[in-house]
Amino acid sequence: MIGGYAGKILWIDLTSKKSKETKLDFGMARKFMGGRGLAAKILFNQLPPKVDPLSPENPLIFATGVLTGCPAPGANRTVIVTKSPQTGIFLDTYAGGHLGPEIKFAGYDVMVIEGKAKKPTYIQILDENVSFKDATHLWGKDCWETETMIKKEIGDNEARVAVIGPAGENLVKFACVSTDYFHQFGRGGAGAVMGAKNLKGVVVRGTKSLHIAHPEKLVQFLLDKIEWKFTKGPNAEMVKDRIKYGTPLTMDFTQTIGILPTRNFQSGQFDEYNEIDGYAFREKAVVADKSCYSCNTSCTKFSVVKEGVYKGLSLVGPEYETNAMLGSNVGNSKLDLIIKANEICDRLGIDTISAGNVIGFAMECYEKGILTKKECDGLELNFGNMEAAFKLMHKIAYRESIGDIFAEGLNQAAKKINKGSEKFAMQVKGLEYPAYEPRGSPAFALLYAITDRGACHRRGWPVIIESRKYKPGTVEGRAQLVKELYDNRTLLHCIGVCDMPYNVAGIDQGDIAQLLSAVTGWDITVEELSLLAERVASLIRAFNVREGIRRADDTLAWRTMHEPLPSGPNKGQFISEEILNVMLDQYYQLRGWDISTGVPLPETLTKLGLDDVRSELERHGCF
Amino acid sequence: MGGRIVADARFCTGCRYCEIICSLFHEKKVNPRKARIKVISDLPKGVDNPKVCHQCINPPCMKACPQGAIEFDKILKIPVIIEDRCIGCKACVEACPFGEMFFDQERNVALKCDLCQGDPQCVKFCRALPHIGRSALTYVKK
Repeated sequence: MIGGYAGKILWIDLTSKKSKETKLDFGMARKFMGGRGLAAKILFNQLPPKVDPLSPENPLIFATGVLTGCPAPGANRTVIVTKSPQTGIFLDTYAGGHLGPEIKFAGYDVMVIEGKAKKPTYIQILDENVSFKDATHLWGKDCWETETMIKKEIGDNEARVAVIGPAGENLVKFACVSTDYFHQFGRGGAGAVMGAKNLKGVVVRGTKSLHIAHPEKLVQFLLDKIEWKFTKGPNAEMVKDRIKYGTPLTMDFTQTIGILPTRNFQSGQFDEYNEIDGYAFREKAVVADKSCYSCNTSCTKFSVVKEGVYKGLSLVGPEYETNAMLGSNVGNSKLDLIIKANEICDRLGIDTISAGNVIGFAMECYEKGILTKKECDGLELNFGNMEAAFKLMHKIAYRESIGDIFAEGLNQAAKKINKGSEKFAMQVKGLEYPAYEPRGSPAFALLYAITDRGACHRRGWPVIIESRKYKPGTVEGRAQLVKELYDNRTLLHCIGVCDMPYNVAGIDQGDIAQLLSAVTGWDITVEELSLLAERVASLIRAFNVREGIRRADDTLAWRTMHEPLPSGPNKGQFISEEILNVMLDQYYQLRGWDISTGVPLPETLTKLGLDDVRSELERHGCF
Repeated sequence: MGGRIVADARFCTGCRYCEIICSLFHEKKVNPRKARIKVISDLPKGVDNPKVCHQCINPPCMKACPQGAIEFDKILKIPVIIEDRCIGCKACVEACPFGEMFFDQERNVALKCDLCQGDPQCVKFCRALPHIGRSALTYVKK
């Protein structure tokens, strides 16, 4: 018995209302570990190219990692892997909370949901008992109501759910999936994939145990080295700040180095940032420090609006991304209004990052006269008008008037609105930029350009290293840095842990190899882990290549590449085509991908043990 | 010896490390359902409340047990369960006024905190919030 794994995959077909179990192939498990890697291989094998992401054929894969559920730092992640309706390519989107461990306790490492239900349905999984429940009465309910109602219905407050709100039902392209009320599989529209399947939710409860190969060894390692890294090591102060301020602490860095997106990425600093940064957040709103399962880097902040119209409103969050995207990026300096915006998004089931980006874009269109008040259904979408923003969020979720255009995501909306607005549509491959202004950070620019799921901040976080190590306006070292960070994250996303505790405390690949060896009983080396990260990066690239992605798609928004930053420490900077090209050349070389096309070289795939992927790309004439 | 684990819900983050480690120590596998400590959470309210045996001097669980399966341990000086005698009737679970006696459905035995023989593992893993300097669980020795 290999430790850590539950040992089974659950296959659910909504069309026939049937499910089956298969044994986990441990050879395949060792090759991809779990999470992103294992689910990517299942998706690659399962889904032929060019299938409509909203069709019944697109599988929705919930995957845990080998460590999910185990006593390792942040061992709580579940990833949903599917083909994104927003980008039309690979999507991996993660949530913390307690769902992943519960899936393991129910006996599964992975759940693959296929087909389409005839009417609104939720799936109930109690260990090996899978049932299909009518969700007609839940259709139209928001995420929080749905979670409460499902738990009441099954009479178990400890069950864990993944649910969608009205946005997912209405196939909004950036609809999220919600779990434990306040945790979201945020990016890329997994909520719309559920909506298209008539799947309102999944509820899981498990009673089984997880086997640990060497429990004493694991506990000793956690109490000695890992504990030292959190409490006494060189990163202990950083750990302390992260726990106190949560992710909103990041705004201190991004404002200082001038990469805080402001008014739809027009600039990189926000004059009133100290009204909405981590310090203001802690002082004005935070009332309790919370955590996901098996984590003591308590970055989950329970906050309450203490005065004003929304007094008494409470939730977990907002995170840094939300503070920036629904704060500075929409010209809003009122923290209570950010919390309200967060609540609206969470209830409707839309991603706060995409929402803030899309609304920032709408506001710039409005202020430039590209969209009139009449076209905006009477909304005065000036920067900072949050009451109008709240109304727009509802219109998006219910696809009313102008909301219907934005519900398609920024890329499609800009194409429809046209009139030069595409130049400031801040997205890559259809996924809206998150809260880092890339003109002040070539490393972030490269990350946005090359990330599989489109513009993303969770595949590396070069903020501090880049600003300390490299000169602004140069490209030196960026490709290497991005690849290293990317591979580190890939590893974390395959083993089923959150990046936060690992990055903050400096838990490195050597530590991870020891954790994995103690849990699984396999003798895992750092070399094996770096090869794993490379393998998964090329596998997912191959998936996207098969869907038609090439070098030309690894690009950035027009504004990023042509408009110099107007102010701040990076004044005058932009990421020219030349700069991007140099970084891409270097990055592809490091990956063993063809420089002219961005397609993984056949010999690279062979070296990584992906001969079957190589044959598949050959069959489709991709080389 | 003796003493008890004191829980302060104000500093509980709901991470369940206590449950995880408890099950690993006692059952040699991870299963929060088999832990001798339980966090009761109200997620929408942001409240997490750890429940763990008060180690009563005059324990209602011991009185309720029809089998004499709960005895004072001479060394630990706390009530402990003699599993061989437990018939799974749950009288102790019902008798505990704090809801701190738990039950293993699979093995059909009651589960009670035994302070890990005097070195409670959950307390070790309940790290203090560094900006407050307090943790949810404290081992108070007698």
